[in-house]
Amino acid sequence: MTSEAADSAEAVGTVAPAADPGFLQRHGGTIEYVLIPGAALAGALVVFGIFVMLFGKNPLDLYFYMYYGAFGTWFSWQNTLTRAAPLILTALCTALPAQLGMVIIGGEGALLIGALSATSAALLLQGMPPLVVQIAMVVAGVIGGGLWIMLAGALRQYRGVNETISSLLLVYIALAILNHLVEGMMRDPASLNKPSTREIGAANMIGSIPGTDVHWGLVFGLIAAIAAYILIYHTVFGFAARVAGGNIRAAKIVGLGVSKLILSICFLAGGAAGLAGMVEVAAVQGRTNANLAAGYGFTGILVAFLARQNPLAIIPVAILLGGISASGGLLQRRLGLPDASVLVLQGIIFVFVLASDALYGRIGFLKGKS
Amino acid sequence: MADGSIGLWTVPLAVLGGAIRVSTPFLFVSLGECITERSGRINLGLEGTLVMGAMSAYGISYLSGSPWLGVLAAGITGALLGALHAGICSLPRVNDVAVGIALMLFGTGLAFYLGKPLIEPTAPRLPAIDFGWWSDIPQLRAALRVNVLFLIGVALAPILYWAFRTTRWGLLIRTAGESSDAARAMGHSVLLIRLRATMVGGFLAGIGGSFLSLFYPGSWNEGLSSGQGITAVALVIFARWDPLLCLWASLAFGGAAALGPALQSVGVTSGYHLFNAAPYILTLAIMIITCSPKRTLTGAPAELSITR
Repeated sequence: MTSEAADSAEAVGTVAPAADPGFLQRHGGTIEYVLIPGAALAGALVVFGIFVMLFGKNPLDLYFYMYYGAFGTWFSWQNTLTRAAPLILTALCTALPAQLGMVIIGGEGALLIGALSATSAALLLQGMPPLVVQIAMVVAGVIGGGLWIMLAGALRQYRGVNETISSLLLVYIALAILNHLVEGMMRDPASLNKPSTREIGAANMIGSIPGTDVHWGLVFGLIAAIAAYILIYHTVFGFAARVAGGNIRAAKIVGLGVSKLILSICFLAGGAAGLAGMVEVAAVQGRTNANLAAGYGFTGILVAFLARQNPLAIIPVAILLGGISASGGLLQRRLGLPDASVLVLQGIIFVFVLASDALYGRIGFLKGKS
Repeated sequence: MADGSIGLWTVPLAVLGGAIRVSTPFLFVSLGECITERSGRINLGLEGTLVMGAMSAYGISYLSGSPWLGVLAAGITGALLGALHAGICSLPRVNDVAVGIALMLFGTGLAFYLGKPLIEPTAPRLPAIDFGWWSDIPQLRAALRVNVLFLIGVALAPILYWAFRTTRWGLLIRTAGESSDAARAMGHSVLLIRLRATMVGGFLAGIGGSFLSLFYPGSWNEGLSSGQGITAVALVIFARWDPLLCLWASLAFGGAAALGPALQSVGVTSGYHLFNAAPYILTLAIMIITCSPKRTLTGAPAELSITR
């Protein structure tokens, strides 16, 4: 049993007694899920402030520019939301298998394979109506990414190979395949300095939401997250998955098809990350090249953990972390911080969020009577 | 395709050289992880430790002029990261796999941040011992230019094998890994044993990183390690937590990793990226062959979360 399942069991425990139907008893669990990650985030920001202070920067400037670069203007909001879109999708790649107690960290690989499949579909269907091409790209991206993570799931289920390690190894293999194809078979002869595939064509790009510079990928992400939420918490399939995640033996005894659950959840998870790859191609890059390995898959892991693997909570968390990465450019220009400072901050947040796991169920005033 | 006087022999020679040269980081990380995992905890963060070790070794070697001080600094950095991992993991209900992922991202990010000014300068590198002096074939001589760290690593494997079996410390680590209750009943603090085991593991992984920046490839840049740390962690699993098997597996891996550049040097360039991915594909293939869903792996420490 993972800590995840233990925590949800704990949360049920705090709500279930109902001896005194007070507000804290009913909502103590929910408040915890907001309060503790929030406190962890604040703690991480303080530590990061001290860290940049060691390099002679003013932490107050840091916080201001981070806020300004992320949410200060309409321009920065659009930048933030554009970055949040792939993060929502790659976070689902970690959050969905987590319902089964699996730790998948290979979203980056599924993103790359999804991008590659979507680009191939677009290039094969050149000349068809744009809508047909776009739908084909979505389907190809989802299937490509889905099969990639399903491979990790199948290896776990049928061969007992640890899915955390195999999914990470698959990231490096995916990157090698992408580089191989982009520099070989699929290379556009005109791309000299940066080997790339041919462009999918301006007509096939998915474009922006009217009135904004934010591309439609954000809507894809929102739909996927809401669909994942409904799937996990409001369908029989999701219930079965959570049962299997809580106690695999019990799930087998009541006759749940655990193999089928693992394979389908992994396919959906990889499909989400593959869709992120499709979005990056069809809305941002217009072609496939090594630029796609921008780390969205890895940040997505952090988003999923910060959101405590809840698909709905992923949306605000992805926007928050999209904001942090959006502010990176401003931090570089105004404060002279290296571009890796965003990575450092993400690492610190991750460490704090995990350490804060120890606090659940231990905050006195939220516990109520027991 | 024949290139130079010895033609295709270049490939096996380069693979041999690679087995010696490229295997060293794999060897140190896997031996370190072996100690940590035998104590019942898994540290996936060694990828970050490796990169931090490489960066700090390069920085200290550049600043002090002594590459060996750099190696020491890399070890200490690794031990500190190990202490951080163990510290967080000792909190109740914290998952060691997740902490490892966090430290992987944190270590790489911090190394890129602090290492920015180190990309340009050249630091003094570790010396090599020339074991190929008797030969006139330049490729063979290149393959047999061996670093002292490699020899230390090779010596460390049997020492660890012996230490796990016969010393008090080895027994304590194994007890903590097999049954934390038994260790506690004997009056030992499991958390303390695991803290020390993770710190020693981090120390070795840091030294593995110093090899990357101070010997081969021998410079600091952000693409220095791509997954070598995590490959080494996987390697421990199919080496069945046996330090001697870790040594053989590391050598095989070094050879596999040298295959791409070796083939490129004789003019086979088409599958360059695929050959570069050979260690990852090999890891995955071996894990598929050796793992089984029916039973836990033989030799697996019973307390280890990742094999349960």
